[in-house]
Amino acid sequence: METVIELKGVVAVLGSFPALAGVSLSVKRGEILLLQGPNGAGKTSLLRVCAGLMPIERGTGTVLGIDLATNRQDIRTRVGLLGHTNGLYLDLTVEQNIQFWASTVGATQDEVANAMRTMRVDGRLAKVKAGQLSAGQRRRTALASLIVRRAEIWLLDEPHAGLDAAGRDELDALLRNAVAAGATVVLASHESERAAGLATRTLTIDGGAQNSDEQNGGAQ
Amino acid sequence: MTTFAQRRRVAVAVARKDLTIEWNSRILVNQVAPFAAIIMVLFAFALDNEGILQRVAPGLVWLATLFSMLVVIQRTFAVESADGALDALRVAGVDPSAIFVGKSLALMVQLFALELLLVGTAVVLYGVEMSLLGFAEAIVTLLTATVGLACVGTLYGGLAAGARGRETLLPLLLLPVVAPVLIGATRATEAAFESGGAQVSEGWPWILLLAVFAVIFAIVGAVAFGPLVDE
Repeated sequence: METVIELKGVVAVLGSFPALAGVSLSVKRGEILLLQGPNGAGKTSLLRVCAGLMPIERGTGTVLGIDLATNRQDIRTRVGLLGHTNGLYLDLTVEQNIQFWASTVGATQDEVANAMRTMRVDGRLAKVKAGQLSAGQRRRTALASLIVRRAEIWLLDEPHAGLDAAGRDELDALLRNAVAAGATVVLASHESERAAGLATRTLTIDGGAQNSDEQNGGAQ
Repeated sequence: MTTFAQRRRVAVAVARKDLTIEWNSRILVNQVAPFAAIIMVLFAFALDNEGILQRVAPGLVWLATLFSMLVVIQRTFAVESADGALDALRVAGVDPSAIFVGKSLALMVQLFALELLLVGTAVVLYGVEMSLLGFAEAIVTLLTATVGLACVGTLYGGLAAGARGRETLLPLLLLPVVAPVLIGATRATEAAFESGGAQVSEGWPWILLLAVFAVIFAIVGAVAFGPLVDE
């Protein structure tokens, strides 16, 4: 299986604070990698490094074969980072939001329809303004936008936050489907039990460095 | 590498998105336009003399435009930050100069509609009259001033969007910078309205100044918008 993320001894700083202190990591296409650790451990920083948003100070790294040290801007168009907000326009309908993201990359109407069907935001929901959606529906709309943007790696920061139990089950099922369709998922979550059941691997980090890297049995 | 065709596609998508948001929410029609009209009515109450109102109508039209523009710019960036959409665009590697062009285009359409309303209000409320040539000059003035205002408004709106106290910061930053547009547009509109003995021909040099201002801010905005919203 192709390696999509390869980090070796990566150091990244926030101001003068070392957010990552020598992280080494290899992620293969189709994996669901769970990042675990206490607040301030470096989970979000690791996601931002993988998204090409944070420069690396030391070490080497590639994402989808693109060098993090020299071309990190080029990574942004090929990965999707979903943080605590969903990046939606609340006065646009679900369909208009997804159409907008589709038009930024030149995606076809078939791709839009497919993304909406996959994330189950088609039908009646398509015409509802994003501001009137529940937290789970907004999350699904944001994930549909990732699909339509053709994101190859999904970097998700606390994707279960704000969702009820049914919404979390639904999200897990959707992520499994996305991986089956060829995506790779890296998620940071405090929901250890739930996320461990979903993930194929768990990386525990603390103080910006990895503590353990374990294989799980998730993503069936 | 982003090609020109990709930039154009994103700019059109952003402009269409902003105009669709306005169409869905009707904020310009239901809130900003009445606010602008109320300003014009309050000026009429305050000055309460048709002769004076006709004399100062060009300045009042552009002051009302600037005040209303602040509301429109705040709104156009509020929709970007409500659910982190501008961040999402940045994170997705969408070309910032294309975002700038798209947002400026949408702002131009909204401002132009607003300015037409304000000129119409001045004609009806203040009894301003225009010759056919004056009307043509007024339209050219509106167009050139609108381009400059939209470009500088988008640039400073983006700058203030991520700042604390952005509601008060934006007028503080923006109003001094658009003073040349206020002066140029007022003088050109005076000529178009032929108010205070001005001739229509006197307006064209001011329109040229507005065009220079528009070009400068279009270029500066397209270059500077990316670094401004990126950090």
